[in-house]
Amino acid sequence: MSTGRTLDINLPVLARVEGEGALDLTVRDGRVQEVRLRIFEPPRLFEKFLEGRGYAEVPDLVARICGICPVAYQMSAVHAIEQVFGVDPGPWARAMRRLFYCGEWIESHALHIHLLAAPDFLGYPSAPAMAADHAGAVRRGLALQALGNELIALLGGRSVHPVGACVGGFHRAPAQEEAARMLERLREAVALAESLVAWTAGLPLPGTRQAFTSVSLRHPGEYPMNEGRLVSDRGLDIDIADFEQRFAERQVAHSTALHCLLDGGDYLVGPLARLNLNFDRLPPAVQAAARATGIEWPSANVFHGIVARAVEIHYAVLEAIRLLEAFSVPDAARVPVVPRPGVGFGCTEAPRGALWHRYELDAAGRVVRARIVPPTSQNQARIEADLRAALSAEVLARDDDAIRAYCETVIRNYDPCISCATHFLDLRVDRSP
Amino acid sequence: MPIPQYSANTRPRVAVHKFTSCDGCQLAFLNLGEDLLTLTGLVDIVHFAEAGPMAPDAEVDVAFVEGSVSTPDEIERIAHIRARSRYLVAIGACATAGGLQSLRNVADGAQWIADVYASPEHIRSLAASTPLSGHVRVDLELWGCPVSGRQVVAAVRALLFGVAPAVSGDSVCMECKRSGTTCVLVAHGAPCMGPVTRTGCGAICPRFGRDCYACYGPAETVNTDALTQRLQGLGLAPVEIAQRFRSINGAAPAFARASARSRGEGAS
Repeated sequence: MSTGRTLDINLPVLARVEGEGALDLTVRDGRVQEVRLRIFEPPRLFEKFLEGRGYAEVPDLVARICGICPVAYQMSAVHAIEQVFGVDPGPWARAMRRLFYCGEWIESHALHIHLLAAPDFLGYPSAPAMAADHAGAVRRGLALQALGNELIALLGGRSVHPVGACVGGFHRAPAQEEAARMLERLREAVALAESLVAWTAGLPLPGTRQAFTSVSLRHPGEYPMNEGRLVSDRGLDIDIADFEQRFAERQVAHSTALHCLLDGGDYLVGPLARLNLNFDRLPPAVQAAARATGIEWPSANVFHGIVARAVEIHYAVLEAIRLLEAFSVPDAARVPVVPRPGVGFGCTEAPRGALWHRYELDAAGRVVRARIVPPTSQNQARIEADLRAALSAEVLARDDDAIRAYCETVIRNYDPCISCATHFLDLRVDRSP
Repeated sequence: MPIPQYSANTRPRVAVHKFTSCDGCQLAFLNLGEDLLTLTGLVDIVHFAEAGPMAPDAEVDVAFVEGSVSTPDEIERIAHIRARSRYLVAIGACATAGGLQSLRNVADGAQWIADVYASPEHIRSLAASTPLSGHVRVDLELWGCPVSGRQVVAAVRALLFGVAPAVSGDSVCMECKRSGTTCVLVAHGAPCMGPVTRTGCGAICPRFGRDCYACYGPAETVNTDALTQRLQGLGLAPVEIAQRFRSINGAAPAFARASARSRGEGAS
């Protein structure tokens, strides 16, 4: 097939992603003319109906933005609201929030690796189809996903839209026996998580290298989850309150989600960006397993995102063990909260990357205004840039189905959560034909 | 709608569709663990975009539909799915009551859209977010935000046996009493919605020492006036009581009426 071809590829609904998106690709004379990741997920206007709601309702309401990462929404929200009220929930709640987040990383990453991404690299249409030949791998994935869900349920009662987190801490502390049982389960999973790192690195991943900017939180002593400054590998280092000074959202005609840009350019958030910027914050055992893959970290191959997810599962399992070994039932699971008016910011590391919230509250703690920037809107411009780079002459010489499959693989590699991406106030869309 | 009957050697064809939603109810399937592999052995999942299989136009025995109808396209899509499905199951608060996004139904929807969009004339979003039953015949509703794996598996299992799935309409209160959970309303004065909310969640909020916030929608027989009075007694303002009802299942008729009554009192 010649490379001077003309081609129009349309993927009307992307499979194995969360939410509704599509891809339009136009190739003229062997050149990519247009790449459009179209997001048509209907907007749900979350920030509008948060207005007038009491602060205590916010964690329960924002969870509903995303069924796959509700913990992230709850965490960014409670941090922002506590900043407004000047509340410190103390070391116990701080440790438990980290434990809660470990659960969501394990659950969400295991789901993405096994049910969404791996079938691409091994040539199957779905995980159940893949299970026919790779039963052990799929079972390991399902077991880790279940472990993450159990960890979320320990603190939240259930894994989807958990009910345990609140402003000031948690509604309930787990009993000592529950924590002990969970600790046992986690210890049994260490070997699974370790083997997953090697397994993902052994997948036939494309060997591309690209120049891209990684952005994540960075904490003085920890691998980042709930706290830190926003940093990049190109010199960014800001307080989360200054987000709006450097990050701006640009309207694109083909998407119900804005493209968020850093200083006008695309950038990457999520597991690979976190790992690239915080490898030194991982404990020695996790670093050793990550290095044993032969991959040099930081990595410029975006397909190492799936390995980064596995490394973060390994880390989250060990971190959860560390936190539960130090667990004791506190006198109170939360501190008292007294509302006061003001503006607060929350930025935490959702499974898919930095999730930034800003709330303005009145004297009674009711929401005056809310703004939410989810990770997928931040990765959108990067995904399109990646597609443009990925569609090399070599790829464009393949048949249409192969090109289509490759585009889907590139998109899925970012684990886009389209349900998340469409729900912020400053959404601008033009659907003119 | 007759319950589909299956012979031993034909696997029922199942589809899982997404409308306006958070994707959380589809996780009732994807979080099944090993049972997911068992399920895919018992039924033929022909369409489930998030899991991989894509055949939106396929004829199926059972269609599970997550999400509410909130765009003109979705009105067409649900009719299309209905016409190709023998048994249609609405899963979750969005599909059974319009979901949290139905809060816009009582607001000035046009103003909200104008506040949010630079070019509101191009927004193809309906003024109201509505349940599937507002558009097509629904054979079974599984309430909850989110529905659990237990609920969807029980429905599949009943349908495999050719019987109508049993769904409890009891209140969360009943479940608390059965499980010996301390009543948070009586003991702590928490503004618990358990007396009017359908069970199925395992009464997790009261078990966590907090108020139920009605994510499973109205129970079969509810006395919202009595709860409203109780909430007034706890010192909640009319607008706060209205918000208790006007939330995740706020467009469910029993809750919408109770909310409107409190709102009316607040205005007077």
